[in-house]
Amino acid sequence: MSRWDGGLDRSSADDRVAYGGFHKAASQRHLLLPALHAVQDAIGWVSHGAINYISERLTLGPAEAYGVATFYDLIATDEQPARVAHVCDDIACKAAGVDVMLDDLERELGPPRTDLDGVMWRPSPCLGQCDKGSAAFVQVAGGDHRVAAPASAKQIIEILRSPKPRDHVVAPTPRQVGAPTSLLARVGSQPTLDEYRADGGYEALTTALSKGSAWVVEQVVASGIKGRGGAAFPAGIKWKSVAAHDGTKYVVCNADESEPGTFKDRVLLENDPYLIIEALTIAGLAVGAERGYLYIRDEYPIALRAITEALSSVRAEGLLGEDILSSGRTFEIETRRGAGAYICGEETALFNSVEGYRPEPRQKPPFPTDAGLFGRPTLVNNVETLANIPGIIRKGGAAFATIGTDDSTGSKLFCVSGNVSEPGVFEVPFGATVRDLISLAGGPTSDIAAVLIGGAAGAFILPQDLDLALTFEATRERGIGLGSGVVIVFDSSVDFVEIVNRIAEFFGDESCGLCIPCRVGTVRQAESLVRLSSSNGDRTVELEILDELDRVLRDGSVCGLGQAASVAVQSALALGLIGDPA
Amino acid sequence: MIETRIEPPKPLVTITVDGVEMTAPQGATILETCRDADIAVPTLCYLDTLEAFNACRACLVEVEGSRTLVPSCSREVTEGLVVETESERVVAARKMVYELLASSVDLSLVDGETAMFMERYDVDVDRFGTADRPVRAVKVEDDLYIRDYDKCIMCFRCVAACGPDAQNTFAIDVAGRGLKATIATEFDIVLPDSACVYCGNCIGVCPSGALMFKTEFDMRASGDWRPEDQTVSRTVCSFCGVGCNLELHVQDNRIVTVTSPMDHDVTSGHLCIKGRFGWSHVQPDDQ
Repeated sequence: MSRWDGGLDRSSADDRVAYGGFHKAASQRHLLLPALHAVQDAIGWVSHGAINYISERLTLGPAEAYGVATFYDLIATDEQPARVAHVCDDIACKAAGVDVMLDDLERELGPPRTDLDGVMWRPSPCLGQCDKGSAAFVQVAGGDHRVAAPASAKQIIEILRSPKPRDHVVAPTPRQVGAPTSLLARVGSQPTLDEYRADGGYEALTTALSKGSAWVVEQVVASGIKGRGGAAFPAGIKWKSVAAHDGTKYVVCNADESEPGTFKDRVLLENDPYLIIEALTIAGLAVGAERGYLYIRDEYPIALRAITEALSSVRAEGLLGEDILSSGRTFEIETRRGAGAYICGEETALFNSVEGYRPEPRQKPPFPTDAGLFGRPTLVNNVETLANIPGIIRKGGAAFATIGTDDSTGSKLFCVSGNVSEPGVFEVPFGATVRDLISLAGGPTSDIAAVLIGGAAGAFILPQDLDLALTFEATRERGIGLGSGVVIVFDSSVDFVEIVNRIAEFFGDESCGLCIPCRVGTVRQAESLVRLSSSNGDRTVELEILDELDRVLRDGSVCGLGQAASVAVQSALALGLIGDPA
Repeated sequence: MIETRIEPPKPLVTITVDGVEMTAPQGATILETCRDADIAVPTLCYLDTLEAFNACRACLVEVEGSRTLVPSCSREVTEGLVVETESERVVAARKMVYELLASSVDLSLVDGETAMFMERYDVDVDRFGTADRPVRAVKVEDDLYIRDYDKCIMCFRCVAACGPDAQNTFAIDVAGRGLKATIATEFDIVLPDSACVYCGNCIGVCPSGALMFKTEFDMRASGDWRPEDQTVSRTVCSFCGVGCNLELHVQDNRIVTVTSPMDHDVTSGHLCIKGRFGWSHVQPDDQ
């Protein structure tokens, strides 16, 4: 079947052109999200006409395109103001006292989610600027999106109202003082490609090309590195498994860092984009992929700009594309923007997002290493995991494995925020304790009441447990996950009911809706918590409901989002941070 | 003469279900194996004729060595698999799945098997009291069928039947996300303005009465719907030469709805607008 797919501007020239017919057009479905972004960026929302036009060009049912568009927070299908500020009200910023700023904003600008004379603001889940204590991401139709962090009400209003708003206003990430770092070595210097190469950059790629793919995979296996995105799966197993497959394969850099309290990947992408690009190139060549995708959350425009500029530099230098460094090997990287959906950090949901489908997770097995992106074997690694690769190649996997502990090799980035003097991202060899990290961050600002390890999907610990070593094995033994390296410190002024309710609300908002335990269970959990903290709830009944919800969420949800949605709630209950009889 | 290709038999794998050893062909799912062995496993979203969606989680079973429970509808058997179909863990999860579902939608017309399992697991449908649930008005947009999304359990069957698994029309899809997600045309436009071709295959696969013939809807409203007085006659559709089988559901000598047998080679339960709705000319008072 062949059909007209030239859009509405039909000219006589088109009459003689065949665009490849139905199948060619259908294979372009992966362009759906970029197309929706293009319209959203240009006019601030995606109209019915736009959906129809995009559907026609990509040979989709308009209902399918609408289904995809309505999934994402940052794609609007109802007309809305051209400028919309998404202002973080998530847990790390809450601990840092962002509520005062939100009150100011509401007083000076007006209520959220309302057209206020051509502009709008709305509260947002974590924007990955937790070290700043407040943040805003502003969608500017017809221009570039803006980030302000820390953000004041005055600044946000200025970005929304000014005819020509200033560029991003973001405080620099402070350099870690004390012990030398490797992953963070270039933070603050933002090297050019020449500077990066002068600093040893692309030596690893040269080594990898000369020693061959099998050697590279061996090094990653020998390094014992485990995934830094939260699941802690041994990266070497994935590399080996994908490399063993024949045919078309893909590599994906998961830069959809959305776990509340996490901002390490943003710091790496913004400051050291060449490191990530080199690492992804090594990964692609090692496992035999010719195409890599870097999926980055839309709330990170500064990182996207850094990556985009870096990509064009490396292409110009022959470090990407055809015949890389005269090796005869081909590898290309394409960036993809997320659109405001926490679930897209789940690898199979990310695949569906790239492919132009609703980003619902897929049931595993099959695992991505066997059937991932476009149904092909796919290697997915987190940004921080990849950042370790060039070092592993330069120094050898065995050398890497000597750092840290037996089960947790290498060093780890931790995102320390909340009530500490100098929040930031810190690199320590595995084995450092919570207390070590808090002192790296300048110590607590006052008495610590609890610390959240691992983000919204993580668990709380009490002040007497600050000597807990932040390794995969020690945290697992305690029944809490290390997650993505989040350490949020809460002092005694923090209202834990509010924090835990915000976490529960977050999971309800971010559930994709595919499976019943998560679709309904996350909302029921949030409701039960509200009843529990109010005087009219029956404590015994609510605790029983929360306990059974915990079980079904962990046992029955399709993906990690639902399976982790009750962890923080349960730990807060177990530690008596919430739910104690008043 | 019809040629039938005979495929070599698939190797058998041995698995243990509820303590009983059994064999199943490679590639079979746990659910298929259980059903062959007459072990009852509830399902909501699964349908033989459609690809498994892994959405409802009613068919969860416990598999030894697995961290979470496993959807039996999509997990293929492997040698040595040890399955518990109704362990305490499984029952707790299924009970909660039904209770959560009941708190979010109207289950009054859900299929008999589901009702049976809800009783078996002692499901408390009012467990969550006045919980937040989207309330959706019935969509009556034409004379052929209605959409009552208040009864929609989000099994995704209609989306698959409208789309890649049967009709390839893609008139509807899931829109929104989380508890607010619903089945919709683009911008929720009315069906006659959408791509819908009125094959009614979505009605054929709907397990919860959310999609319904307008005839049935009207008869229910007026109190005239009496399934116990209905007969089902099987016939061959006379509109074209494909040979689709029809099941005419007749009450008081009038056709009230039309289905096609799920196990029929030609249709797999699916029809076109003519077979599904084109019967007014044979009704006694419309001739």
